[in-house]
Amino acid sequence: MEHLSEEDKKRLALTGLEVGMQNRCGSFFQIDQKVIQTTCGAEGIEMLPIKTALEKYDWVKDYYWNAVQKDKDKYTQYVAKQENPQGLVVIAHEGAKVEMPLQACLFLREEPVQHVHNIFIAREGSEIHIISGCASSWQKEHGSHIGVTEIYVGKGAKVTSTMIHNWNPGISVFPRSATVVEEDGTFLSNYICMQPVNQVNMYPTARLVGKNAVARFSSIVVATPGSVLDLGSRTILAAEHTSTELITRAITTGGKVISRGHILGEKDNTRGHIECKGLILKDGIIHAIPEIEGTLTGTELSHEAAVGKIARHEIEYLMARGLSEEEATATIIRGFLDVKISGLPAVLQAQIDAAIDKAESGF
Amino acid sequence: MLDISDLHVSVDSTEVLHDINLHIGQGETHVLMGPNGSGKSTLLKAIMGFGGYTITAGSIVFKGKDITRMPIHERAHLGIGMMFQHPPAISGLKLGKLLSATSPMGEGAIEALAQSVNMEHFLTRDINVGFSGGEIKRSEVLQLKVQQPDFIMLDEPESGVDLENMNLMGKEIASLLEKDIHIVNRRRSGLIITHTGYILDYLEADQGHVLIDGQIRCHGNPREILRVVKEKGYGECLRCKQI
Repeated sequence: MEHLSEEDKKRLALTGLEVGMQNRCGSFFQIDQKVIQTTCGAEGIEMLPIKTALEKYDWVKDYYWNAVQKDKDKYTQYVAKQENPQGLVVIAHEGAKVEMPLQACLFLREEPVQHVHNIFIAREGSEIHIISGCASSWQKEHGSHIGVTEIYVGKGAKVTSTMIHNWNPGISVFPRSATVVEEDGTFLSNYICMQPVNQVNMYPTARLVGKNAVARFSSIVVATPGSVLDLGSRTILAAEHTSTELITRAITTGGKVISRGHILGEKDNTRGHIECKGLILKDGIIHAIPEIEGTLTGTELSHEAAVGKIARHEIEYLMARGLSEEEATATIIRGFLDVKISGLPAVLQAQIDAAIDKAESGF
Repeated sequence: MLDISDLHVSVDSTEVLHDINLHIGQGETHVLMGPNGSGKSTLLKAIMGFGGYTITAGSIVFKGKDITRMPIHERAHLGIGMMFQHPPAISGLKLGKLLSATSPMGEGAIEALAQSVNMEHFLTRDINVGFSGGEIKRSEVLQLKVQQPDFIMLDEPESGVDLENMNLMGKEIASLLEKDIHIVNRRRSGLIITHTGYILDYLEADQGHVLIDGQIRCHGNPREILRVVKEKGYGECLRCKQI
């Protein structure tokens, strides 16, 4: 940590990195292609650099390039061909539960491309919260981050994965992630990106393969001028009694957001809902593309999408209570972004709120 | 307290209110009646300063200050408050949060006021989202109790309210207008739009006005006006134009 400038420490703090490790039970820190720190104090939970994990446990290889296909696109191919793979493996052993989040921090400082391959394995009955903070140095003008993440939620297990991005206007980001959720498993994915970036392109997929599995994706994003956020989330309801929700709050202050969503209901007694709300604060683009696809009578899928500006009568209502126009606008935006995510530990919610507060001061 | 002189108001370039004159003194409560679409709500919104209600002539003076062109929130700071008939639902904005953002009162004081109108469980709810008719009115009364305005405008406080809620609302509105204080010491004033006059069961009003086609046609004793309207309808007011 001592290698970092004060400015960079501040940038990392915005992505949720707790340098002092307060409120964190484990930490992984990678600068460019170098792993700086891996510690974990929680019982039954291991955080290991990917090479160490593959050496230590023979079975980890079964999870390596399983949920995500190596040849999916040029970005996965790029990561797959690396001779020296970097990244983090989190293993929550059977029944291990920690409320306190684990943090994974990926920092792009000097190299043109940062690649990572992360694998999160929650075995039967375990419960983990992972907060991934991805940022670039304030001096870094151009670069790319390519991250493959494979998540395996075992029987009755629960994984909450919260990703907070804090890049620079010249950085391009290509996360490629997929999750497999087994019977009675729960997967909650939260994504926050409120700072300028060149482009983010991702379409994470959750495949619910066991009965009663649940997946919920929540995204809160702001596209500043020059940013292109091409985001999606997809759930495949591949077992009976599975359900999913894909929720997006998108704001443009001049950038472009493409909010994709896809739910495929292919088993009976399945439910899914897509909700996308977009607010255009300054001329920009919000393009919502929700797709719901059912293949049999026993699936119930729905979507709602709305894009527009803040309603004048809402601002005036708050002004009649004494708020100035600016205060009323900020209050409404804050409410718009306030997606309370059930089952989220208070520290994680506080982190998300802090990211929103920070962005709000810029509106 | 409030002096409206020769006021003309347009909505979408069509004049809706013509030559309105209205004087409400300190401690007085006035009632505004008139058929649907006569311009009653427009008058309240113009006094509050909402966009889309363009004042083309005349003036509004409040506490001696010309507020005709003043922004809404400055009117609120001066002491004008309004109970909305159809307030917007704002998702993500908690009622409690709005109350603390608009008042120096502490959480304890707000909680106590919320209890007085059975709204303590709504402080953590998104404002007006999924509220019933009675809940919306109680939320509006709570907001006014926190805001403590000197001049209160009420747009149909009876609409959508069941009998039990009407009792609570009536008493709370009477208290907001300081009806429990001797008339000499009463400082607060009010302007109430009512169709049914039920609100008059809970408080005495000093004056009534009938607004038809954007013009005030007569002033008088509110109960008497109500009785005539009930018996003969607004047609009688059209015939007996006094002003």
